[in-house]
Amino acid sequence: MIWGVLQFPGSCDERDALRACELAGGEARLVWHESRDLDGIDAVVVPGGFSYGDYLRAGAIARFSPAMEAVAEMAAGAAPVLGICNGFQVLCEAGLLPGALLRNADLRFVCRQVELIDETGGRFSTPEGGKGTSRLSIPAKHGEGRYYAPEEALDALEANGQVAYRYAPGQNPNGSLRDVAGVTNEAGNVLGLMPHPEHAVDPLTGSTDGLRVFETLAAAGAPA
Amino acid sequence: MARARVLIRPKEGILDPQGKAVERALPALGFEGIEQVRVGRMVELEAEDPERLGELCEKLLANPLIEDYEIQPL
Repeated sequence: MIWGVLQFPGSCDERDALRACELAGGEARLVWHESRDLDGIDAVVVPGGFSYGDYLRAGAIARFSPAMEAVAEMAAGAAPVLGICNGFQVLCEAGLLPGALLRNADLRFVCRQVELIDETGGRFSTPEGGKGTSRLSIPAKHGEGRYYAPEEALDALEANGQVAYRYAPGQNPNGSLRDVAGVTNEAGNVLGLMPHPEHAVDPLTGSTDGLRVFETLAAAGAPA
Repeated sequence: MARARVLIRPKEGILDPQGKAVERALPALGFEGIEQVRVGRMVELEAEDPERLGELCEKLLANPLIEDYEIQPL
């Protein structure tokens, strides 16, 4: 299993993402945003940060990078693609995921541990072997994480099982509609979430729940 | 080159916390009776082909899911 972790000018979580991929039992390499070459890569992480300074709208400019064109092709080919925080914003702007991320309702940047519920019943939290629960404790840190989609689109997402993660009751840090913390595309191979699983992979930092996200995706994307 | 101004604003019905924050600050400064404050963006540009500005707005300057735009020739 070989992961590619994109790096834009302004990315800042790519190193933690690389390490998380490796801890989940894979090999991981950085892919510079100007590179269109994803040959040999089985799964992609679009990491957090402030790509292109978040100019215009978060993720709006990064989506036009050559690397993102290659990611769109991989996504269409059913490869796992994980967007975290700014990566989630980029995937939404690129149309690879439904919806948009707006300024936090209270206008404050949040940085704290949040509890997530895996709404897929374990599809994105339980690696093969079945250990763990469908609750994850991982950090959130963002200023623009309020998930928005029109009401009827939200109904459709719920009906299709595309709401992957919700903030646990009372923990919504940004005013996100229906407490949505992460969604998938219709096919289920593209996943985006605002909180940071890559920062919760080592007992040193208090929780290793984030590792399960990477392990689950790795299991889904491992070449047969 | 044709000069134009593009106004981008949050769609009706979408919570605009920036507008709300501005609105709440006004009474403290002595500005009473101001309501429905909405904060958007303005982009000024020069275009060789103004016909394509709509497409430019749809693809980059605005996110049509959450924002409306208005192109004003200058």
